[in-house]
Amino acid sequence: MPMTASASRTVGRDLLGLALIALVGLAGYWLFPDNLAFLTRVISVALLVLSLDLIVGYCGVASLGQGALYGAGAYAAGIACVHGITDPVLLILIGAGAGAIMGLLMGAIMLRAHGLPQLVLSIAIVQLLHEAANKASSITGGSDGLSGMSPAPLFGVFEFDLWGRSAYLFGLGLLLIVFAVLRFVTRSPFGMVCRGLKEDPLRISALGIYAFPVLLKMFVISGTVAGMGGALAAIATQVVGLDSVSFEVSANALVMLVLGGIGHLYGALIGTVIFMALEHVVAAINPFHWMTLVGAVLIAIVLFAPRGLSGTLDELARMLTRDRWRAGR
Amino acid sequence: MQTVFSIGVDALAYGMVLFVISIGLSVTMGLMRVVNLAHGAFAMIGGYIASYAARDLGLAYAVAVMLAVFGTILIAIPVERLLYRRVYGQPELTQVLMTIGITFCVIGIANYVFGPTLKTIPTPESLRAPVSLGFRTVSAHRLFVIACGAAVALGLWYFIERTAFGVKLRASVDNAAMAAALGVKTEVVYAVSFAVAVGLAAFGGVVGAELLPIEPYYALRYMVTFLVVVSVGGAGSIPGALAACLLLGAIDVTARYLVPDFGNFFFYLAVILVVCVFPRGLMGRAQ
Amino acid sequence: MSAVFEVSHLSKAFGGLKVNSDISLAMNEGERLALIGPNGAGKTTFVNLVTGRIPPSAGSVHLAGEDITSLGAVKRVRRGLVRTFQVTRLFPDMTPEEHVVMTILQRLGRATRILARFHGDSAATDEAAEILATLGLTEVARRKVATIAYGQQRLLEIAISLAQRPKVLLLDEPAAGVPSSDTPRIEEALARLPASLAVLMIEHDMDLVFRFAKRVVVLAAGEVIFQGLPAEVAKDPKVREAYLGSYAHAGG
Repeated sequence: MPMTASASRTVGRDLLGLALIALVGLAGYWLFPDNLAFLTRVISVALLVLSLDLIVGYCGVASLGQGALYGAGAYAAGIACVHGITDPVLLILIGAGAGAIMGLLMGAIMLRAHGLPQLVLSIAIVQLLHEAANKASSITGGSDGLSGMSPAPLFGVFEFDLWGRSAYLFGLGLLLIVFAVLRFVTRSPFGMVCRGLKEDPLRISALGIYAFPVLLKMFVISGTVAGMGGALAAIATQVVGLDSVSFEVSANALVMLVLGGIGHLYGALIGTVIFMALEHVVAAINPFHWMTLVGAVLIAIVLFAPRGLSGTLDELARMLTRDRWRAGR
Repeated sequence: MQTVFSIGVDALAYGMVLFVISIGLSVTMGLMRVVNLAHGAFAMIGGYIASYAARDLGLAYAVAVMLAVFGTILIAIPVERLLYRRVYGQPELTQVLMTIGITFCVIGIANYVFGPTLKTIPTPESLRAPVSLGFRTVSAHRLFVIACGAAVALGLWYFIERTAFGVKLRASVDNAAMAAALGVKTEVVYAVSFAVAVGLAAFGGVVGAELLPIEPYYALRYMVTFLVVVSVGGAGSIPGALAACLLLGAIDVTARYLVPDFGNFFFYLAVILVVCVFPRGLMGRAQ
Repeated sequence: MSAVFEVSHLSKAFGGLKVNSDISLAMNEGERLALIGPNGAGKTTFVNLVTGRIPPSAGSVHLAGEDITSLGAVKRVRRGLVRTFQVTRLFPDMTPEEHVVMTILQRLGRATRILARFHGDSAATDEAAEILATLGLTEVARRKVATIAYGQQRLLEIAISLAQRPKVLLLDEPAAGVPSSDTPRIEEALARLPASLAVLMIEHDMDLVFRFAKRVVVLAAGEVIFQGLPAEVAKDPKVREAYLGSYAHAGG
């Protein structure tokens, strides 16, 4: 059966991809032992960007408020940790749960509108939460940030040390698991319907499928992933700041996603790594030069590489192998 | 009573500033269907030009305002030609990216040229003195801002309802293809509307500088506010935008007076509620 | 025998403009009916009313004895009232196989499962292969829809509707836009539609209508002006007036 052959080929490709992520992650561990805290932040943000890809790339819903889901996870894990729940795995699950609930709420609100009003709703939600977190300073620490967390050792063995080795490896493991699960989700019947909704909602409804519950489900999944990212950041840095639930973080996530290419999952990772590495270098020199650069890069992407880096690489690869591909048909 | 009165005046002034800046955005969004996140950047550019002219060159306020409006339009023309034209008719996400990119660039450049500090625009003596209304005194500047808003609203109403260009504009908003078929040069309509929109943004940026202070992050800080006004009012609707500005201005200013430590909480809450109840805006048309 | 599909006194007015007025028609199981009419006769409005995309001003729609007038578009599809589109509405980045598999999964209630592999449902995949084979689409089953010929995309629209196993099928100009060299393949596919299925074809092409339909309904200015055998259509004075009149008007 050709089906099983192609199925095993996709499984093989997925395993290869996971191995590649693990390899790059471990290489980072050996090459930059002094920057593990930064690399852990990269992983945390990568989870956020992955979660955004689920909504933007797979469902075609533009959002500038993904920070709401990330921040919900970060604050939930942080607050739980301050109040004595210190098991890191449990904290991640709490963050995931909080993100999922926030995803449900956000989806229920955003899916009422389309186009610009929908985009505005996404921004308004993240700003509202930002203000709420600022106001509720007795719970969240307000503008000083939430501190005083001390997560227990991972699995009762690995301490979260000063160099952030445990946190980084924990994050890398989490990323691999989430990535594998999302590969599976995007290849499920549900994932295919989402792709269909992005391209033509009318056709989907003519098949007898309701769009709203499908999209809402994706918001919940997206919230789960973003919430885990936020929780990871809380555990690793042991501080949760107001910036974790902000328009800036949401807009940056979108930029990273577009830089890497939407609707790929891999693109989300590539975009995050490149963006944050550049930011690490350039923003250290002058944050405003960094803004100019990001702006210029965005304009360049729209003008010259609308499918992002991964899409453009795909296209290049296809152009290079086109003759072979044609002959194979 | 004094508080209620001051809140009322401030809310009206704030709403009018929002209106002057956002109305151009509303019209161009209704017309060209472009989600333009960079509109606030043009208001900011206007503010910087006026500040430079009035404070550093010592020119008169009125001259500074004129320079700001026409200078900003001059800057906007190549941006429209080279960048905006590429995203007309493109998916929303593409437009968002392009215009966010423009915003970021403007912020970075503004900081490089003018530095990160707040820029003031010295107002003439006559605008600084308080004015007595008989029973109350109010700041002349607030009155000036309110008058500017009213003038812009009336001027635009006349421009759109009573001039030949306005007819073409309305036809193009309703149905661009049909208008083009009837001989309206939509390209020209687009270009003129864009220029007017940018000019009004710059004008609003200058006269509203006391309420929305000019600094590099201006373009990002108020981006959301302007977009909110358009989506709450309904793209392309002048009465809708006016209603949205007055409503949101009132909510924002009142909340700042009465519950200052909540920040913009109630503003955004109102936005979410209004958009949920009127997904096409207060006076948006069915599509 | 009661009708499987019945439209009674269906009307739609936009403001004061009556676009459909008092349209009634009924179809039995296995019937082949064609709805024709000059441009602007209200055919598109009729399709939108019947499929539930816009609500009627008056009248009712019954499917298999059930009143579906107040049901939304998705519910009507789920009850077995299925349509194809005048301009194909397909997912350019997906393959024909994926389109049909998704349709079958939906019919089986498995279309939005998360804990399953889309390509791992062998029952759906096998059925899809069968349907695609009957329509001669096996060769292109795994190519992106964007890369296959328009005639093949039209056949895929039919394949999708077959996979939905409808009670009533609405074919909205099934041959529109297809080069004439490919129309025989479409006709062949239409001829092989299940015998028990009630098919309502909305069409411009008279040759196609005469070969396919056993009964014809003519719509003009929003009203039914003729119902009867294809052979009698051309002789009917009202129909002649509607068509020739409208052509004369268009020409003038």
